[in-house]
Amino acid sequence: MARNLGRFLVLILLVSICDAASVFQPISDSHRSAALELFTPVNGSFGSLEETYEALRTFEVLGVENKSDVRHASCASVSKTLESSSSSLKDLFFALKVNGILKCKINEKALEGIISRLKAAINDANSLLDLYHSIGSLVLMKEQSLKADLHLSDAKGVFHSIKALSQSDGRWCYSSSNPQSSAYAAGIALETLAGVVSLSSSEIDQSMIGALRNDVLKLFDGIEKYYNGASYFDEKLIDSHENQGSISTTSSVVRGITAFAAVTEESLNLPGDKILGLARFFLGIGIPGDSKDFFNQIDSLACLENNRVSIPLILSLPSTVLSLTKKDSLKVRVNTVLGSSAPPLTVKLVGALGSKDTSLIDSQELKFNSETGVHILNDLPKSIDVGSYMFTFEIVLHELEPEEVYATGDQTKVPIFVTGIVKIENAEIAVLDSDLGSIETQKQLDLAGNNIASLSANHLQKLRLSFQLTTPRRHAFQPHQALLKLRHESKAEHIFVVGSSGKQFQLVLDFLGLVEKFFYLSGRYDIELTVGDAVMENSLLRALGHIELDIPEPPEKAPHPPLQPVDPYSRYGPKAEITHIFRAPEKRPPKELSLTFLGLTILPLLGFLIGLLRLEVNLKNFPTKAAPATFALLFHIGIGVVLLLYVLFWLKLDLFTTLKALGLLGAFLVFVGHRILSYLAATSSKLKSA
Amino acid sequence: MARSSGKDAQALFHSLRTAYAATPTNLKIIDLYVGFAVLTAVIQVVYMALVGSFPFNSFLSGVLSCVGTAVLAVCLRIQVNKENKEFKDLAPERAFADFVLCNLVLHLVIMNFLG
Repeated sequence: MARNLGRFLVLILLVSICDAASVFQPISDSHRSAALELFTPVNGSFGSLEETYEALRTFEVLGVENKSDVRHASCASVSKTLESSSSSLKDLFFALKVNGILKCKINEKALEGIISRLKAAINDANSLLDLYHSIGSLVLMKEQSLKADLHLSDAKGVFHSIKALSQSDGRWCYSSSNPQSSAYAAGIALETLAGVVSLSSSEIDQSMIGALRNDVLKLFDGIEKYYNGASYFDEKLIDSHENQGSISTTSSVVRGITAFAAVTEESLNLPGDKILGLARFFLGIGIPGDSKDFFNQIDSLACLENNRVSIPLILSLPSTVLSLTKKDSLKVRVNTVLGSSAPPLTVKLVGALGSKDTSLIDSQELKFNSETGVHILNDLPKSIDVGSYMFTFEIVLHELEPEEVYATGDQTKVPIFVTGIVKIENAEIAVLDSDLGSIETQKQLDLAGNNIASLSANHLQKLRLSFQLTTPRRHAFQPHQALLKLRHESKAEHIFVVGSSGKQFQLVLDFLGLVEKFFYLSGRYDIELTVGDAVMENSLLRALGHIELDIPEPPEKAPHPPLQPVDPYSRYGPKAEITHIFRAPEKRPPKELSLTFLGLTILPLLGFLIGLLRLEVNLKNFPTKAAPATFALLFHIGIGVVLLLYVLFWLKLDLFTTLKALGLLGAFLVFVGHRILSYLAATSSKLKSA
Repeated sequence: MARSSGKDAQALFHSLRTAYAATPTNLKIIDLYVGFAVLTAVIQVVYMALVGSFPFNSFLSGVLSCVGTAVLAVCLRIQVNKENKEFKDLAPERAFADFVLCNLVLHLVIMNFLG
């Protein structure tokens, strides 16, 4: 997720740079402070050895003093890894890398063990990454003078096995079992091959190195370009899980070719503009938010700073907005990618394209100030007026040593804004009589200061506003906005564009034709003038005064003005309270009354029972024999259970459960009832007949 | 005149009482039961008149329960009465069984409607 986000951010950053050209800035202090923020150690360490190495290398390249002391924990981790016999090749590699920066104390015996392990690993290796880590570790040990006389026994064989993994398009595979070609793997392979060359005791065959050079050229044929001059490498298949992203891939290739160029005698012959494109890619990222991207950016730029192919030089401008009024001078810097000073050179301004696409100036040289390291053009040419231009610069290097090759690019295009104070003169506002054009009232306006012009007009007259705009170079100027706004007391607004011819701006409002637009609203209108442009330093939005307009009554079918909001922000405030209308709850009787009547309802039942007693009811007819007695009892119990079921139904059961139970009970009751009642009927008929 | 009508009423009342005393006990039980049911219904109506008929379904089910069971008891009395020639062949036990069954059904419906 973070990688994808990083890639997306890179794309956004690169796309936001404007068309066809941009200003790339070399590494500056903002990078240094960002590095300190991004690489913060947790509990004295940066995490794994790989992350520790990335942090330390970034600080080393940027020259940042790391305030927190990570040395102790890192060196402990390094020693542990190097002394352990179960560390992976990758861990050994990064431990040695960290050691290269921190220079910890290492046990001699452990080193011997490591060397034998690495040599065995090289012989058994079947993947590119294993070879990379093992050969890289051996190279690091040789560089750190841990073992000065380290040699590879079968350098040629290793060289062949790595070269065997190369593909026809200049990319490499990770192993013979994984045929996926990758530019990232190409970078790793080149670094590994450079390591093999430096470790070999005898000369490597020149034909093999020549073949490698061809591979590199083929790899660079597949370089991708952005429209702003940046070049980069990317993987063909984006969804592979080994895909690292364009920053990692490009930095791997840069590391590879700079390492390879360092060990070969002849130069690699890569075109300078591709190297410059790679430098621009890394500088165009800005400040990455991901620590791995940051490390890759800084490490690659460090490789490009001192490489043997060609050193890119970056032309940057501290400011691309120049003010004619303040008499700003055009300043240009040329630096290496890390901000160091460039060799002696001259910067020429060869062209300036304005809106009409014709070059306005002749080629001019900028003067170099050796104290500040800045190339300056003191006065902008007279043909440059306020506006936006595309300046074209060329870098011409002075005499160079033959080994020093620099990549400057042919021409660098930079968009420049030239601003200035635009003079507003002869501003006046007048009310004219319509037919004759004679002036009824006329007022001069001082648009620089405050003034309140108070005018009045009726619908038969006209309002005229006029002023002149002149640029610092005394040309006519067409601003982005020249608008007049009339606002009525009821907040109805009307906006008009002030037309122009040459330097003169004029607007005539004929009220006769505008009565309908004004919704027939008479009264006081506030007048506001807006004149503005991006390159105008004194853009203004000024209230000019007010005008009392007398407009006739609207006819019946006149449009009504739109309802103006009282306060446009009131829609963000709380809304009106909604009162829900509920049905008023029924009035309930007081509790005592209800309880009284409950008692009263019980009274008739008591009366019934008392009456029964008075009538001398008895149970003499209850059967005495066992079977009928049981049935009689069951009958009464059954009725009682049904009544109980009804009570339960009222309290909590639902109809369906009740009906189910009732069905069962009813069947039982019918059976029992039938038995007892038929027995009673039989006995009573016996009595009758007897 | 009033005195004679009063005396007539008293005499009428007395004769009714003596005639009633001759009815069989089981019929008297049924009459008592009817009286009890109707009285309960009347008390409920008086209560409703006092406090309003808000849960109208409850009021209806209460009153109709009383009235329904009174009606069923009256039917039972008709069927059980030996002097009633129409129902001579009907065994009183059968009538009682009908009475019980109908009451159970009535009260099921009442309980459902009670709410």
